[in-house]
Amino acid sequence: MLPIGHYLFLSLALFIIGVIGVVTRRNVIVVLMSIELILNAVNINLVAFSRLYGDVAGQVFALFIIADAAAEAAVGLGIIIAFFRNRETVLADEMDLLKW
Amino acid sequence: MLDKVLFYFFAGIAVVSAVLMVTRRNVVHSAIFLITALLATAGIFLQLRADFLFIVQIILYVGGIMVLFVFVIMLVNLDVALRQIQFARQKWVALLVALALAGQVGLMFWSSGKMPGQGLPVLTATAADRLPLNSETVAHSLFESYLLPFEIASVLLLVAMIGAVVMAKKRT
Repeated sequence: MLPIGHYLFLSLALFIIGVIGVVTRRNVIVVLMSIELILNAVNINLVAFSRLYGDVAGQVFALFIIADAAAEAAVGLGIIIAFFRNRETVLADEMDLLKW
Repeated sequence: MLDKVLFYFFAGIAVVSAVLMVTRRNVVHSAIFLITALLATAGIFLQLRADFLFIVQIILYVGGIMVLFVFVIMLVNLDVALRQIQFARQKWVALLVALALAGQVGLMFWSSGKMPGQGLPVLTATAADRLPLNSETVAHSLFESYLLPFEIASVLLLVAMIGAVVMAKKRT
């Protein structure tokens, strides 16, 4: 494998792009997709260190993160569908039912 | 050498498609670019000799989660959403957050050279042809050391499934 810094920088780049997506986009679906990208960046870190130390635990953690991402996507998209049925919008700044 | 070529190939695809995913106006295009980013990450996993995660990434992420995303994009009204402004006016906040994150990591890299003591031990990973079988070792670790977290994750998935069904169901 390459020196660990390569993987760390790739992971950092993907993480920052994901954060920018979460902050700048109005569409909630794209925000959720950016969160998936962030989780993916973390997985790269875990697998790279698992390879470096020759310990498979990092890959097991990455599996748990993938399971988490699946659960989060299912619940998040369920919320989006329920909200769209009520308010006919998927834009984050029009979701102001709890604001007064 | 081959390792290097593979890494830069997949890393380039991943970063470029991630940038395109965040910047495209059309949500379907964003989803497609996210799929290519995830596939490139799967390639990185393979380059790191994590065979099992490579397959899981493709089957579960690209085949499962992304199909779910595309379904929901089709369910919500696409034509109305396309004509609205897609970007919140938070460019400066985003720039600030990104710079803060990058600065933090840069500080970490800079200060790790200045730590007292021995510093980080320089490790070299074992050669690829002397690694044990990947799926087998993952299975041993998952079902022996991490059995309880595995069961908790399955309960979490069950809860998420029920929650998604309840929320997406039509009110009667």
